[in-house]
Amino acid sequence: MLIRRPDDIRPSEVTPYRVYMNRRHFIGRSAKAAAAAALVPGLLSACDETERMEARPAPPAVPESATKGGPNSQERSWEGVRSELDEPLTPYDDVTGYNNFYEFGTGKEDPARNAHTLVTRPWTVEVTGEVARPAVYDLDDFLAPHAPEDRIYRLRCVEAWSMVIPWTGIALADVIRRFEPTSKARFVEFTTLKDPEQMPGQRRRVLDWPYVEGLRLDEAMNPLTLLATGVYGRDLPNQNGAPLRLVVPWKYGFKSIKSIVKIRFVEEMPETSWAVSAPSEYGFYANVNPEVDHPRWSQARERRLGEFRRRPTLAFNGYSDQVADLYAGMDLRRWY
Amino acid sequence: MVRANPARRRRVASKVVLWVLCLGPALWLGFGAATDGLGANPIEEITHRTGWWALFLLTITLAITPVRRLAGRPGWVRYRRLLGLFAFFYATLHFLTYLVLDQFFGWSYIVEDIAERPFITVGFAAWLMLLALAVTSTTGWIRRLRKYWQRLHRLVYVAALAGGVHFLWKVKADTREPLVFLSAIVVLIIVRVWAPWTRRAPRPQ
Repeated sequence: MLIRRPDDIRPSEVTPYRVYMNRRHFIGRSAKAAAAAALVPGLLSACDETERMEARPAPPAVPESATKGGPNSQERSWEGVRSELDEPLTPYDDVTGYNNFYEFGTGKEDPARNAHTLVTRPWTVEVTGEVARPAVYDLDDFLAPHAPEDRIYRLRCVEAWSMVIPWTGIALADVIRRFEPTSKARFVEFTTLKDPEQMPGQRRRVLDWPYVEGLRLDEAMNPLTLLATGVYGRDLPNQNGAPLRLVVPWKYGFKSIKSIVKIRFVEEMPETSWAVSAPSEYGFYANVNPEVDHPRWSQARERRLGEFRRRPTLAFNGYSDQVADLYAGMDLRRWY
Repeated sequence: MVRANPARRRRVASKVVLWVLCLGPALWLGFGAATDGLGANPIEEITHRTGWWALFLLTITLAITPVRRLAGRPGWVRYRRLLGLFAFFYATLHFLTYLVLDQFFGWSYIVEDIAERPFITVGFAAWLMLLALAVTSTTGWIRRLRKYWQRLHRLVYVAALAGGVHFLWKVKADTREPLVFLSAIVVLIIVRVWAPWTRRAPRPQ
């Protein structure tokens, strides 16, 4: 489901219910935001956000029976949900059981096995660099002013497999506006937690820890760019980058950094982990591009998990309409 | 019919055990595939496991000669061909998985892969070498090729190296496992080149 197209059906309309657990979070956040706005009259933007959220129709009540029990009861509410190109969602177990998160091991099933050691509460996010109000936020305060949204996005891994995932999160653009980057800010750099106690994969120097990713400011401000807090209507499992991760659906998955502790606004292009690790293979931009192969394998096709035949990879992962303008005039072979 | 002596019975039994051990991974893989037990990306899993077993068995095959010398068990040479053929068996499964399951006979992509992607070129070359060795592994071919047979079959070291490099070039950042394989293969090559036993004992023909 592509968003920000006025005529489109919003994902929230497709989704049968707002899932109970997340709704509670949502209400909690709204209450906090309202309290904050009441205490600090100058926080006008937060106030607006709160009003906007409260103006939304209340989500339909979910019968108690649908919220109890294992993941199945919640999955059911997503059954049959399809994104724009008639692509079914990747099952919850695959989304949460097969991914790369080298902080917990380099196997695809390692994150699900090992990420239980990550402590996601309390969690702080440092906002720093070229920004009017640098500060360290408790995660709840960080999220409070923003309305969570559901977005169904394709995810295309640089390894040529892909998924379709229903995220819940907040628009990064709203967050950036709130922190008021200075005129010097041209890039946003994100950093993952570094703590080998919690992230056993960091005991080996597979990458130069902590993991760092970045976006050009205009990429970060694009309406597609999401800071996700949930998947399938529930809180992000640790292995998917809890409690806060980036989702940039038109770029290869490694750009969508997980378990973020720092957001820094900078003037120079950040040195991102994979681009540092293997600069000839991974660039800063890492836009999904079927015409520019990885030096070691083709990017022309991909395997959508659950499908037998490879399917053609789409330019910008199918989001050209929303993002191709960002790269007008750029040589995408050079800026891979 | 002469009653088999105990030594012969042991040899037969050990070969049966070896067959079972070598077929085990393939059966286990088949079982996993049939019961949806290969995770979210079964084709990738099959590719990885068949490749791993091919390289593992190839490395074991190379180890047979030094081990039987060091352990004073010259008779173990009789397992070498079996192990080598099983290495070829898994390498072939690996290649077929790529050809059929992964690429589904997308010949243009396959040709491009083999021609332009060094890790695939090297892997394909390794498989071709193993193919040549498997075909000429019969007693008939040993007789026909005479002294050339041994020269030809030294290719197994090149094939193993190529297989190890293929694995190393494939991984993204975690090079531990391919490096373990490559180290083992390099050590075995060094042992073979220096081969103290070849100076003492006359070579078998």
